[in-house]
Amino acid sequence: MSHLHLRQVSKRFGAVQAVIDATLQVQAGEFVSLLGPSGSGKTTTLMMIAGFEEPTAGSIELAGRQVEHVPPNQRDIGMVFQNYALFPHLSIAANIAFPLKVRGRPRAETEAAVRGALALVGLEEMATRLPRQLSGGQQQRVALARALGYQPTLLLLDEPLSALDKNLREQMQIELRRIHRQVGITTLYVTHDQAEAMTLSDRIVVFNRGRIEQVGAPLEVYARPATRFAAGFIGDSTILDGTASTAPTELRLPDGTTLHTAQPLHTNATGAASLLIRPEDFHLGEPPAGANALPVQVLSVLNLGPHLLLIGQHAGREIRIRTPVSPAALASEGSTITAWWLPAKSWPIPPA
Amino acid sequence: MKPGIPTWLLLLPAVAYLVLVFGAPLGNTFWMSITEPSLGLQNFETILTDPLYARVYLRTVLVAASVTLLCLGFGYPLAHYMARRGGLAAALLLGICGLCFWISYLVRTYAWTVILGNRGPVTAVARWLGIEPPPVLLFTTTASLIAMTHILLPYMVLTLYVVLARIDPNLIRAAHSLGASRWQSFTAVVLPLSLPAVVSGCLLVFIFCVGFYVTPTLLGSPRDMMISSLIANEIEALLDFGSASALAMMLLAAILVLLTIYDRLVGIDRIMR
Repeated sequence: MSHLHLRQVSKRFGAVQAVIDATLQVQAGEFVSLLGPSGSGKTTTLMMIAGFEEPTAGSIELAGRQVEHVPPNQRDIGMVFQNYALFPHLSIAANIAFPLKVRGRPRAETEAAVRGALALVGLEEMATRLPRQLSGGQQQRVALARALGYQPTLLLLDEPLSALDKNLREQMQIELRRIHRQVGITTLYVTHDQAEAMTLSDRIVVFNRGRIEQVGAPLEVYARPATRFAAGFIGDSTILDGTASTAPTELRLPDGTTLHTAQPLHTNATGAASLLIRPEDFHLGEPPAGANALPVQVLSVLNLGPHLLLIGQHAGREIRIRTPVSPAALASEGSTITAWWLPAKSWPIPPA
Repeated sequence: MKPGIPTWLLLLPAVAYLVLVFGAPLGNTFWMSITEPSLGLQNFETILTDPLYARVYLRTVLVAASVTLLCLGFGYPLAHYMARRGGLAAALLLGICGLCFWISYLVRTYAWTVILGNRGPVTAVARWLGIEPPPVLLFTTTASLIAMTHILLPYMVLTLYVVLARIDPNLIRAAHSLGASRWQSFTAVVLPLSLPAVVSGCLLVFIFCVGFYVTPTLLGSPRDMMISSLIANEIEALLDFGSASALAMMLLAAILVLLTIYDRLVGIDRIMR
């Protein structure tokens, strides 16, 4: 039985359908990211799980209990807010003790829990400080300690790292993973940053326009996106649109080129279909037998350190190629090169 | 900035004006309190020893404290509702408060004389309910309490609202998510964060109230005289400028003491924030 189970949860604000038929099962101890652009329904879904919004339809089951009408303070959930939401008038220790105090736990237990939570995030010496005396990263860690200190059944994180700068954000990602491994709490993490979702999660839930488009392990979502949106939102991508040929694994581009794939195409009623190729799957040079090949006019070459990103086009479609640094590739800007890839590396996605 | 034109010159007009119309009369009042009718502290001695004055001071403080508590009692829930609700409802209520601000308190005081008067709606309703004789409200302490609370309520509400509206709603959500009930999150988060505003609002209302003249004079009972009426009486009826000045100085001193305590507790720069 799953720890958290959303069954066809919908939320409407007036005429706006914020979440439509969201169904999701999360296992105990899992780290699951809700990923999507702003307005995709991920935050509303989190707010319904937290109890700040009531679903218009559907049910939410947490630890074997129907909770969709239970007020937030009786759900036993720990939540970390985007702006930390530390109580400014309380010391760090008092902030962490707050959830235990309102539960009327004995003083000794509370003190032990506060010490434990502070040790978990490495801020023991900050106990008597006020939140405003701490840096953003430290405040974030206090918010985490406060949400974990009373050992809730579920941890919710609402874009917790978005206010931090890049270096600190990466540091906190490592920290989050460590803490999650150490505590083992079931965690839901809302983010619009696909790289963050990829690094942190056991599974990713891709949201778009209020719907869950795909649920899967990060690499699975990356390699085999279920929808055009998921393909474009996660990772760099080249999408080629064409029409189905006679064979179910052949795509004909508008210029007449035929491309092969190892999977049957997703063809719509008009016969349109599309293929996704990830930038690292392209190769330059003479294509081997059976490979797909395209002439690509290179528009710009970006040196990303360990590799180059070639941005070019073929018949008006943007092609993004990741390739090792080489003199030929470096000099290719403005010229037309041949890029090839294996049929197994063209992933069929639904047409636009 | 050009050298040679010091910016403090910008202060000059305002400072000169204040010295002329506020500083000078105040100094004159102080001077009269120790020189009328002769040099010495006898005016203060009379005030401190005559139980009449002590009674009036005590009554003034009691009335001011009552009005302050009434304003807080009515104002806090209202400001809290406005701050939490936001949107049109808050804008509307804020507009009503602002309107009360802009209508002269003199006008509002006279309005109360009509409302509470013998032929006013309150009396009419009492008669209609069969209460005979209807309660006499005008020229009682109750009337002046009602009117002063009404006049000073916007100060309390606005002072509280500004601070309550600035409390991050995520703090209240955080308290809920951490297990606090509505009441717990109010007492543990909202109330302590709004406490400086409660002190500011109370101080503001209290200080306005101890010096209130027109409203208690027009609506209140002549027997329940407040300090400002006593000062006016000393001047108009008794022509005792020395006693009147000394009374005014004592009132001023009391307010300064209050402000000092407030400064220690909250910080004087927060009074209008």
